[in-house]
Formats: sequence, structure tokens, C-alpha cells
Amino acid sequence: MEWSPIILTFQLALITTVLLLFLGIPIAYWLAFHRTRFTPLFETLVSMPLVLPPTVLGFYLLLAFSPNYGPGEWLDQWFGLRLAFSFEGLIIASMIFSLPFMIHPIQAGFKQLPSSLIEASALMGKSSFTTIIRVLLPNIKGPLLTGIVLAFAHTIGEFGVVLMIGGNIPDRTRVASIAIYDEVEALNYASAHQYSLILLGITFLVLLLVYSINGSYLKSNLR
Amino acid sequence: MIRAKLKKELNQGNLKIDVSLNIKKGELVTLYGESGAGKTSLLRMIAGLMNPEEGQIKVGEQIWLDSKKNIYLKPQHRKIGFVFQDYALFPNMTVKQNLAYSGADSNRLHELSELMGIHGLLHRKPDTLSGGEKQRTALARTLLSDPEVLLLDEPLSALDTSMRKQLQDLILKIHQEFQLTTLLVSHDLGEIFRLSNHVLKMENGKIIAEGSPMDLFTDRKISGKFQFIGEIVAIEKEDVVNVITLLIGNHPVKVITETSNEEGLQIGDKVLVASKAFNPILRKIH
Repeated sequence: MEWSPIILTFQLALITTVLLLFLGIPIAYWLAFHRTRFTPLFETLVSMPLVLPPTVLGFYLLLAFSPNYGPGEWLDQWFGLRLAFSFEGLIIASMIFSLPFMIHPIQAGFKQLPSSLIEASALMGKSSFTTIIRVLLPNIKGPLLTGIVLAFAHTIGEFGVVLMIGGNIPDRTRVASIAIYDEVEALNYASAHQYSLILLGITFLVLLLVYSINGSYLKSNLR
Repeated sequence: MIRAKLKKELNQGNLKIDVSLNIKKGELVTLYGESGAGKTSLLRMIAGLMNPEEGQIKVGEQIWLDSKKNIYLKPQHRKIGFVFQDYALFPNMTVKQNLAYSGADSNRLHELSELMGIHGLLHRKPDTLSGGEKQRTALARTLLSDPEVLLLDEPLSALDTSMRKQLQDLILKIHQEFQLTTLLVSHDLGEIFRLSNHVLKMENGKIIAEGSPMDLFTDRKISGKFQFIGEIVAIEKEDVVNVITLLIGNHPVKVITETSNEEGLQIGDKVLVASKAFNPILRKIH
């Protein structure tokens, strides 16, 4: 057994989660407070990964990333970037795939706050940015944590998308879930067991830690 | 001071607000009317939290809104103090942090928290405060943002009677101290009589009457020396007379009327009780 698939998995999950957090907060804010004719369309797009088979998403991303087609060709020509079968490509795919898991809890958190908080802050002369940072986010710590944990856990569990656009390149795109599949195919059950147990153990501990923190946080705030 | 002309359709056209206002500097004006008459919407339009379809708002020499010239000053740039029904205190901050949010300097913060009687609460979080303490904090926070106009949207409606009295005194004190042009939404007649000498009565989005509370809510033809406003809490029919129980302030009072006199009276109605005051009993209170 090698450690690199495990390390790669957690690197991918960590980077995806951090980037998604920064991307997710403004999108969730916009969806929660600015209803326009197009809002249902955006909500649908954000939620698509929940129901779409990962292979479908992976297939289209593969086409989009390919240097033979429009977007991939553009990226290749202007930035020399080839996303198909690369770690960077995996990050972008994971972000799309885990988007609803980050956005939904944060959006719901924003919505349960009374709108008078935002209005009071505006009437005291504060911009939306200041209001989000100082008033809204500190009051939705629970939903934020939920979004972070779900996006992280979901990225670790990803298989279909990664296989479609990442392939199985050691040290670059072979994450743990794919390594397990590979070992089982090769009938190396011992090795598959090791990967599986490590993933099982670590994800269990991460979730346990988060729920304990979240639980005591809620308790101390409910009084 | 505040001149406004505002038009807006709400609830799919079921409520048409069409109002023109002129409030003098330093005046405390009450907006009175049934719920759904458009009082809160009017306040929200003045604050810039809602835009009218058509209208102008001019405060002092500054134009806050002019739909013809496409001027819509953002709430951030209107010098408004708005006190919400739910107080809108930030739950993640202590009382002190709430007060400091608008950027007031710490001397004024301490001075004002002293005045508002919340100095002992500065390090508490809002969810540990009583309703009255929350409203004091909200008022103090609003005043610290240096408003030119104070808008109070039924600020005391969630409080019990004794707390209401204390906060009415506080509102009066603030008004005397800061001389802020104030618009108060209230449907408590007692409150209106205590706090304000000018009332705008709103119905279906329009101001249908204005004047002093006495002019608006009492009948001047009565020459009685005693007159009170009360709410009917019970009507008991006897043979020839009715015994009507009224709540005047906090006190239940039984009034006997002739049957013919009670036509159209129902429980919950606000009524004026007047009596000619000859031969009253006066007794010194120790």
C-alpha cells in the first residue's frame, strides 16, 4: 500500500472545501436575499449535482477540458493549462460536484436570520460586505460548519467524476477511492482493506470531532 | 423638515399608499391606524428600505428621493434611526459591541448607556436581556448613529404595561434631550396621548385625518371635566341597564349605561367615558 492516494484525497478535499467556502458564501447570500426572475434557474443549476449521475458531469467536463474543444482549447492557448487528467481539473470538478453541499446549508442559515438585522446594519451606514462579515456570518456558525463538513466529506467520497476526468495517474489523480477500486480489480484485497479502513477511520473521526464541537457550541448558545 | 409625497401599490394592488407628509423639525408625530393600513410601509419608504413607485422625500435641504430625477439615496446615506419591532440587536455581539457598531466614540457610548439605564448590561449578550432592556439597547444604539430623523415602528408593542410606561418616559426624555424629528407608529391610544401632540390617522394607505390627540380621539362637544379613554372588556345585560366593564389604563372600571345608550358597542371597542364633575369625592393620598 502507498500513502500517496490517501494524501492526495485529503489534499483535494481540503483545497476544494476552502475554495468552495469563499465561492459559496456570496452565491448563498445572493440566492437567499436577491430574488429575481433568474433565481430559480440559478438554484436549479446549483442543485443539479445532487441528482445528476457523476459520470454525466464527468463526461461533459472531460469534453469541456479537452484541448480539442472550445473552452479547453482556449485555456490551452492562453494559459497553457490542460485540465483533463490533472489535479487542477479534479479540483474544479470537485467544486462543481460539491457545490450544493456547501451552498444549501449556508443559504438556509442566511434565510433564517431576521431581515431586520441586515436593515439595521444598513441604516447604521454599513455596506453589504461589512454586514456579511460582522453580522451575518457570526450568526450562522452552525450552518457554516455543516456546509464545510458536508463539502469535505462529499469530496472524499467522490468516485465517478474523478475517474472520468482524472483517470488513474499515480501521484496526480489516483485518489483513495480509485486506488481501492484498482486494488479490488487486481484482487489485492489486503491492500483494498488498508485503504478502506484508513478512509473509514479518518472520516469517522472528522465527523465525530465536528459534531462534538457543533453540539457543545449549540448547547452553550441555547442556555 | 421632512416633506414627502409617496405612492406605492402593495399586496397585488390591494393596498394603494398615497400619502403626503410634512413634519416640522423637532416634532414627535404619531402614525395611527389599523394594522394593514400601510404605516410600516410608509416608515420603510422614508428609511429607504422600500422604494415607492412615485414620490419625493426631502429632509432639511437634502433630497433623499425623487423618482422623476431618478434619485434614490441608499439607506446607508440617509441619516435615519430606525427602531424595529423585534429590536434587531445583533445576537453575536454584546450590548457594548452593538452600541459601538455604528462607530460611536466610547465617551458618548458610556454617557448614553448611563442615560438609558443599561450601563450595567454592557457585557451581556442580547439573548440574556429582558424585552425592556433589549428595547433600551436598541434605542441607545440608534441614537449613537447620530440620526436626523427617528423612526419608531411600534417599539413598545411587545412589552408589558409597566415596562411600557417606563419606556414611554424614556422616549419622552430622549425627545426632550435630543430634539429629534420623530415619527412613531402606535395603536395604543394611551401611549399616543402621553407621547405626542400631533397624530396622523391612516386608513387604507391614506392619511384621513390629522391633529392633536384630543381633536382626533375625543368629542369636543362634551363639556365634562373628566374624560378617559378605555377599552370595553365585558358587557353584562341587566333588566333596564347594562353594566359595562372598561379597562382604563390598568384599572377595570364598571360603568352603568341605559340600554339605548349601548347601541353598537362591542367588547374590544375603544370608548370615551366622560362625566360632569360636580360633587366628586376628593381624598388626600398618603
